[in-house]
Amino acid sequence: MTSRKPLLALAAAGLALALPFSAQAHRAWMAPSFTVMSGESAWVSVDAAISNELFYADHRPMRLDGVVVMAPDGSTDKLQHALTAQYRSTFDVQLSKPGTYKIVSASSSVQASWTENGEVKRFRGTADEFLKQVPAGAAELKTIRGSNRIETFVTRDAPTDAVLKPTGKGLELVPVTHPNDLVSGEAATFRFLLDGKPAADLEVTLVPGASRYRAAPDEIKLKTGPDGAFKVTFPEAGMYWLNATARGGETGRGPGGPGMAPPAPGAAPTPNTPLAGDGFSASYTATLEALRP
Amino acid sequence: MKRSVSLLTFAGAAVASPALAADLNVTVEIPRLPVAEYHKPYVAIWVENPDQSAAATLAVWYDADNKEDNGGKWLKDMRQWWRKAGRTMSFPADGISGATRAPGPQKLVFNSAKSPLSKLKPGAYTLVVEAAREVGGHEAVRVPFTWGKPGKPATAKGASELGAVTVSVK
Repeated sequence: MTSRKPLLALAAAGLALALPFSAQAHRAWMAPSFTVMSGESAWVSVDAAISNELFYADHRPMRLDGVVVMAPDGSTDKLQHALTAQYRSTFDVQLSKPGTYKIVSASSSVQASWTENGEVKRFRGTADEFLKQVPAGAAELKTIRGSNRIETFVTRDAPTDAVLKPTGKGLELVPVTHPNDLVSGEAATFRFLLDGKPAADLEVTLVPGASRYRAAPDEIKLKTGPDGAFKVTFPEAGMYWLNATARGGETGRGPGGPGMAPPAPGAAPTPNTPLAGDGFSASYTATLEALRP
Repeated sequence: MKRSVSLLTFAGAAVASPALAADLNVTVEIPRLPVAEYHKPYVAIWVENPDQSAAATLAVWYDADNKEDNGGKWLKDMRQWWRKAGRTMSFPADGISGATRAPGPQKLVFNSAKSPLSKLKPGAYTLVVEAAREVGGHEAVRVPFTWGKPGKPATAKGASELGAVTVSVK
């Protein structure tokens, strides 16, 4: 049936349309000026943009309203001197406490389509808006839950672990090697979790920065093992863009409550909202710095 | 028993027993560099284990009077030392940290009776001198030595930010 095709085709083609700022050719990132700092009055400046080249702002700025600065003690810090300019946003973080900070922009959304009076209706918005705008018992309801997480890490003095704890929602990176303890030529290990469970067989891409001065993109492609872990050795010092996307589940089934469709392998656990199907698209992006040995 | 004890003491540190009253002599040549904007380098001197972890930090020369947060801002530029030892220390570090030094030979003596060498077990180590210069470069020079075994001085030379580094155990 024609109403089924658009959404399924989109899901099959792997386009994460639920995500406000990820179009196919562009990459979103937050890049700090330093990831390893020392001293009591350390400040770091962060550029945030969606761009083609890494890490050059050549397309459009990232909106800062969803950016959170997590301090080492679990509190939330302010973005200072925030500005959204033509091609990039920028802000400063004052590292007033020793330890590791996580700077994160995480969002979730729902994309849905259903049939009403022979017409295909579409929805795109938050889960709350979904409950209000999409009628209960909608016919041929198909949903894709989208989640997007963009992170970077900055450490002042000795690294700490508190900000590295996963939330259990969406696709998350759990460092085995601390993300601010990376040196070129040394192997580092990371794990991916999807909704708190190991994301096995996930394709992970790492792209080195300074792409303007290289002939080839030199992307590194790896796959996670059954425990969701992967190991990478950074070939050269520099900033790296790390990305992984997990898609799956069924994008549609008949009207009904949660738990009725058999879960696809690797699918997210049943949501406790009346979202039909368990279609999901979860994306994770981080900027990591490998220093010289 | 009495005579053998006195013989052992006289011969200095025997290999089988912990080194008593031994000195680690280190001479670091800070080169005179013909640059327009010269800053005395930040230098960290530390003892490295065979597995390349830090056994002890012996000296840190930095600009504690620096208006930008008491010089702490640039400690991370001695990046090998920072990662292995410096980042868990607090500064100023009593008996270890001091002011930056001017070009020329800098002679240091570390005694086994005092911290930090008092806890160092006899064995093979590497003495590392790492220098980072403002508006300049970075270099680390390594000299192997055996603690607990007095021997001839060993020297390694830096190529840019450090001159000769000489280490001897007495």
